Amino acid sequence: MIVKRYVLPGDLIVEGNPHIKPLANVIKIGDRLHSTRIGIVEVSQNGVKVIPLSGIYIPRVGDLVIGKIIDYSALAWEVDINSCFLGHLPAQDVFGKEFTPGRDDLTKRFDKGDVIACRILNFDRTRDPLLTVADKDLGKISEGELVKIGPTKVPRLIGKRGSMIQMIEHLTRCRIVVGQNGVLVVTGADKDMRDVAVKAIKMVEEGAHTMNLTERVKEMLQGVQVGR
Amino acid sequence: MSRLMSEEGIRIDGRRWNELRPVRIEVGVLKNADGSSYIEFGKNKIVVAVYGPKEVHPKHMALPDKSILRCRYHMLPFSVEERKNPAPSRREIEISKITREALEPALILEDYPRTVIDVFIEVLQSDGGSRCAGITAASVALADAGINMRDLVAACAAGKVGGRIVLDINDEEDKMGEADMPVAYLPNLKQVSLLQLDGKLTADEYRECLNLAINGCMKVYNMQREALMKKYFSTKDEEGGSVED
Repeated sequence: MIVKRYVLPGDLIVEGNPHIKPLANVIKIGDRLHSTRIGIVEVSQNGVKVIPLSGIYIPRVGDLVIGKIIDYSALAWEVDINSCFLGHLPAQDVFGKEFTPGRDDLTKRFDKGDVIACRILNFDRTRDPLLTVADKDLGKISEGELVKIGPTKVPRLIGKRGSMIQMIEHLTRCRIVVGQNGVLVVTGADKDMRDVAVKAIKMVEEGAHTMNLTERVKEMLQGVQVGR
Repeated sequence: MSRLMSEEGIRIDGRRWNELRPVRIEVGVLKNADGSSYIEFGKNKIVVAVYGPKEVHPKHMALPDKSILRCRYHMLPFSVEERKNPAPSRREIEISKITREALEPALILEDYPRTVIDVFIEVLQSDGGSRCAGITAASVALADAGINMRDLVAACAAGKVGGRIVLDINDEEDKMGEADMPVAYLPNLKQVSLLQLDGKLTADEYRECLNLAINGCMKVYNMQREALMKKYFSTKDEEGGSVED
């Protein structure tokens, strides 16, 4: 059974039940569980968590993120991943084990200002998140519209099993790469359709909390198609 | 009876001893800040902006195990009768410090190591009790910024005016009254995070004053809740797919 409730920081969620574990955004003080964020409580068999409605992006291992190269040294790139921590992409990840700082020029692959899709390989808050581009669909992004939304709105944009994002992609004939950090890239042949996709994304962001959003976005997109 | 308190126990601005001034709180008033709020507490008008957590500059200031909280309480030149020099005064530096210390116990700074959280409190118009209003608004702005918190912080003053212990001292009562006691309180954890006292009270008066201030904090807390609920949940309806990871 899943029970939902709105909470603010400090709100008491459960008292005196040692069997309920505190999960994300929930703290245990004595025998009481309190919320630490503005959000929606979700109680499941594993424990209780709060799904936050505001906040910045905190990296998690395995997340796909879209970042911008802001600097490089002889050994690594520094990537802005829209978080309070800078992403660290070692040159070895790109050039392989035989990478030699004297021979290989980092700017040949990624230069300052380049936008890349990458994955968080390792992160534990003690050091900056370690990134990787060694996987399919990762690496430099050379074209498309860059869109930023609130990182807490990303799950809503994806929807249940990807329903929302697939619907937008299908109806606008665009491809949308969603970074968990709230940065998105929209690519597609038609400039007008790309604009429509961006409009739909903004619509989802603004109405993330409302009901029947998928239906309303669909109506808007279909209206545009009829108009063309 | 003194000028500040009538025979019937009515104060200079028409309030009774246990009444707050009118309070209005708004959340998310600044587009470019990560979290923001606006408070009107009597004649006080204060805007608070929160930025962060973000990278620390200069880097050597960063702490390896937790985030730094930086607070700036600032009164704008036109916030008082006579133009105030915009440079930080001794009083503003003190209030910045006590604001930080009042907010710190509520924040889980260990969740954001090597980062900084900036809180800017700008007083547009000032009345008595602006430090309490500033702390109240800052706590709301921090919650709006989505920073992990153990609790909200509500602040309210009490004091002694015309021989009586009264709630929420205004500017005139502060200047001519006998005592002023600002208190910041964590309502769910039942902890006091700020307690100052300017004036003289007996031990009994002190206890009465503290209890009254905490009661005031609880009233302020309810208004903070209302403001946050209004911004985040007023039009919200649950939907299964809305929050799936």
